[in-house]
Amino acid sequence: MQVHVDLAVCQSHGQCVFGAPDVFSFDDDDQLRYSPSPPEERRADVIRAASACPVRAITVGPSGSGRPAA
Amino acid sequence: MTAGDAGIVVVGASLAGQRACAALRRHGYRGRLTVVDAEPHLPYDRPPLSKELLAATADESAAALPSAGLGIDWVLGRRARRLDVPGRTVELDGGDVLPFTGLVVATGSAPNPWPGTHPPEVGVFRTLDDARALRHRLGGGDRLLVIGAGFLGGELAAAARGRGTSVELVEAQPQPLRSALGPVAGEFVAALHRAAGVSLRTRTRVGSFTGDHRLTGAILSDGTRVAADLAVVALGASPRTGWLAGAGLRINRGLVCDRHARALGTDGAPVPGIVVAGDVARWPHPWAGPDGAVLGHWTHAVEQAEVAARNLLDPAHPATYRPVPSFWSDLYGVRLRAVGFPAFADTVEVHENDPDGGRLDIAYRRDGELVGALTGNRPGRLAAYRAQLAEALGRVPA
Ligand SMILES: Cc1cc2nc3c(=O)[nH]c(=O)nc-3n(C[C@H](O)[C@H](O)[C@H](O)COP(=O)(O)OP(=O)(O)OC[C@H]3O[C@@H](n4cnc5c(N)ncnc54)[C@H](O)[C@@H]3O)c2cc1C
Ligand code: SF4
Repeated sequence: MQVHVDLAVCQSHGQCVFGAPDVFSFDDDDQLRYSPSPPEERRADVIRAASACPVRAITVGPSGSGRPAA
Repeated sequence: MTAGDAGIVVVGASLAGQRACAALRRHGYRGRLTVVDAEPHLPYDRPPLSKELLAATADESAAALPSAGLGIDWVLGRRARRLDVPGRTVELDGGDVLPFTGLVVATGSAPNPWPGTHPPEVGVFRTLDDARALRHRLGGGDRLLVIGAGFLGGELAAAARGRGTSVELVEAQPQPLRSALGPVAGEFVAALHRAAGVSLRTRTRVGSFTGDHRLTGAILSDGTRVAADLAVVALGASPRTGWLAGAGLRINRGLVCDRHARALGTDGAPVPGIVVAGDVARWPHPWAGPDGAVLGHWTHAVEQAEVAARNLLDPAHPATYRPVPSFWSDLYGVRLRAVGFPAFADTVEVHENDPDGGRLDIAYRRDGELVGALTGNRPGRLAAYRAQLAEALGRVPA
């Protein structure tokens, strides 16, 4: 699975971190970090995290294309 | 519910309604889906209205909520005025009647109006049309009076200052947001307003407006006269349940539902086939009192709509809605982010308070237990609080 966060759009709402903390996290400088290709079995949580993002900054897909259907 | 029957009707085409529709389709519902809204617009998101849209840093497309491809029959610009529970119909203004098999109540909340007559330049701010009108007038030399320094009033003042508008911000409490977030956070926000050149007046109310046909200003409770060409009343919002009067549902400043987002009847039992989500709902939570909670927050609408939609489709196995709430506000570049129920706290613990650096970190406790947290530009700490709250909530028996 491919995950992409548009960091220019991200406003540090943290909803993705709440939903899938193993995939999304904040570093010590409060910058969002994420793993761009998490294991497939994390898909449900990642999709949920993406649809919880208030600014729809997160894209999930096999190829990293297409926004989640919110 | 199968294709061919009356299908599902959603009343309210905003965030909760749109998310309910998306969830219904995602969970496999293929039947008829009709969405009614009093506003003429396709679903849009409200948070950008008082932020990017007013600040004129984004256009309206930033507020659109995706609704294409969901197979919805739109009934826009029409108000639901009556619900017949045994007859399974919603009556619209004009008299049309929509039958339903399942109903999602997502009518949100309405801004509390100014209690009295007022000149035409005094308005409220909730809709895209409100945002268009105000955006158009900001920056043109008009002086703005904002009544109420809560989340909405604060954001309006900030956006207006950003456009060069002179702003009077009048608040009855000793600090902005005091009842929601306490005095320290309130003072932090007050400092941001003042540093930006907003004329913030606390412990003060607007007594009356001056100017009969055109607003010229207002007289405040301390006798001061302020000049203004425009005024926005930002005194909170109330759940929109008027159309449900007499329907046999339990109304208590909100439509009361159970932990499965099912509407309750006046007898206290869930009414089959009717679910609730968003600002309009009053719902139970282990950390709320016996009356439950009403929250006017984005994330709440999203998460409750998901549960409501699921439970409408699969009433035999209802999912439970028991969130750690979260909400946010953006003021002068400071990202205020909160989790839990700060308003329920009896003590606050201030870990960082730096208005100049835009940084804030406050923990809220009740009987020594963490019940909420607020941060400014500290999302990492917020995530840690959120995890603690989720863990504590997990320890409360279902
Ligand atoms: C300007 C603004 C900024 C905000 N900023 C933030 C923020 O930064 N962070 C945050 O967490 N939350 C914010 N919120 C709150 C958030 O937008 C709301 O919690 C959210 O909109 C709730 O969604 P809802 O669908 O429950 O209700 P609403 O958005 O109120 O939608 C209800 C819909 O129902 C329709 N309706 C009502 N009655 C009827 C009827 N009888 N018949 C037909 N249609 C009807 C209305 O026209 C409306 O479109 C903000 C709200 C506003 C207004
Ligand atoms: S939820 Fe969205 S805005 Fe928030 S941190 Fe994650 S990507 Fe950024």
